[in-house]
Amino acid sequence: MSDTRTPLSRARGLGSAKEGVHHWWMQRVTAIALIPLVVWFAISLVMLSGADYAVARAWIGSPLVMVLLTLTIVVGLYHGQLGLQVVWEDYTDGALRVFMIVFTKFIAVLFGLGAVLAIMRIGFGG
Amino acid sequence: MAEFALPANSKIGVGETYAAAAGTKNVKKFKVYRWSPDDGKKPTVDTYEVDMDACGPMVLDALIKIKNEIDSSLTFRRSCREGVCGSCAMNIDGTNTLACTKYISDVKGDIKIYPLPHMPVVKDLVPDLNVPYAQLASIEPWLKSTTAPPTRERLQSPAERAKLDGLWECILCFCCSTSCPSYWWSGERYLGPAILLQAYRWLADSRDEAKGERLDNLEDPFRLYRCHTIMNCTKACPKSLNPAKAIAEIKKLMVERTI
Repeated sequence: MSDTRTPLSRARGLGSAKEGVHHWWMQRVTAIALIPLVVWFAISLVMLSGADYAVARAWIGSPLVMVLLTLTIVVGLYHGQLGLQVVWEDYTDGALRVFMIVFTKFIAVLFGLGAVLAIMRIGFGG
Repeated sequence: MAEFALPANSKIGVGETYAAAAGTKNVKKFKVYRWSPDDGKKPTVDTYEVDMDACGPMVLDALIKIKNEIDSSLTFRRSCREGVCGSCAMNIDGTNTLACTKYISDVKGDIKIYPLPHMPVVKDLVPDLNVPYAQLASIEPWLKSTTAPPTRERLQSPAERAKLDGLWECILCFCCSTSCPSYWWSGERYLGPAILLQAYRWLADSRDEAKGERLDNLEDPFRLYRCHTIMNCTKACPKSLNPAKAIAEIKKLMVERTI
């Protein structure tokens, strides 16, 4: 494809998007938040090993666990879709990039909503 | 976008071999990328056997000897031969560096020389650097001040001046930018380490009054945030500068003005 634009036109492109700092900062903040949350979650899983369904269900339904488990899942999914967005920006192009970024966000919201409603159903009964 | 294979017209074949004269004792083989826009052929790697007893110590000495005595068609950029002009940046033994400051004796075995990676080739070892030069122009690398100029020099304290150390020494050879996978994949939208180090050189300058405007123009998922701290830039820099750190400082300034 012949490209008759000047080098400066190519370098300037469509100009600065004037965004990106929020994405970058949130990726760092959620990474820090996930350190204690993931450690707590891993320790909890080890301690629950061998527990039966009723014990596990009661554990999820306890107030502190509801809060921490919801945080772990929501923050983890938010962090994950931020990271995957970077992967799509690096490795895909054009319509596929747009589709993958939107698809990733949809999946993150779907999983997050499902997990939160499941925890609430266990915790509040129903 | 990521590209993991060379385009069909860039597949490299085996080229000519220029043997050293019979009886030459100290021979080093230089395997050099060759491509000409004029003959319609695919690129090749030519082998030049060079008499090291009659050659200077640097890779550039050997290239100049090859051009003078063996094959005058070999094309490369060079000027200062002492690491201050940045012209002879190329990929030597798998690493981007300056041919004039790279010792031949530092390379074990044959010396493989290619142009800077992932740039269009003009001829042989000469890459087309028009886009990176335009990217440099796009960040407006000059002092911006709207206050009326003083009648004498613009003063800086020694501490303020020290903030420019490690930045002003950049010679714009583009060894760093062309070693960066993010720059390979998104070279027109990502500014690359060389240009971002230049951008930070002006952000760090106490005399400059356009910091907000400069940050506005850099805040972009591609222009700045394609840097994933891969650190190839810092490893490649023949002047031992740290473009990755300069980019990290820009990212910190971006956050600093929001919180």
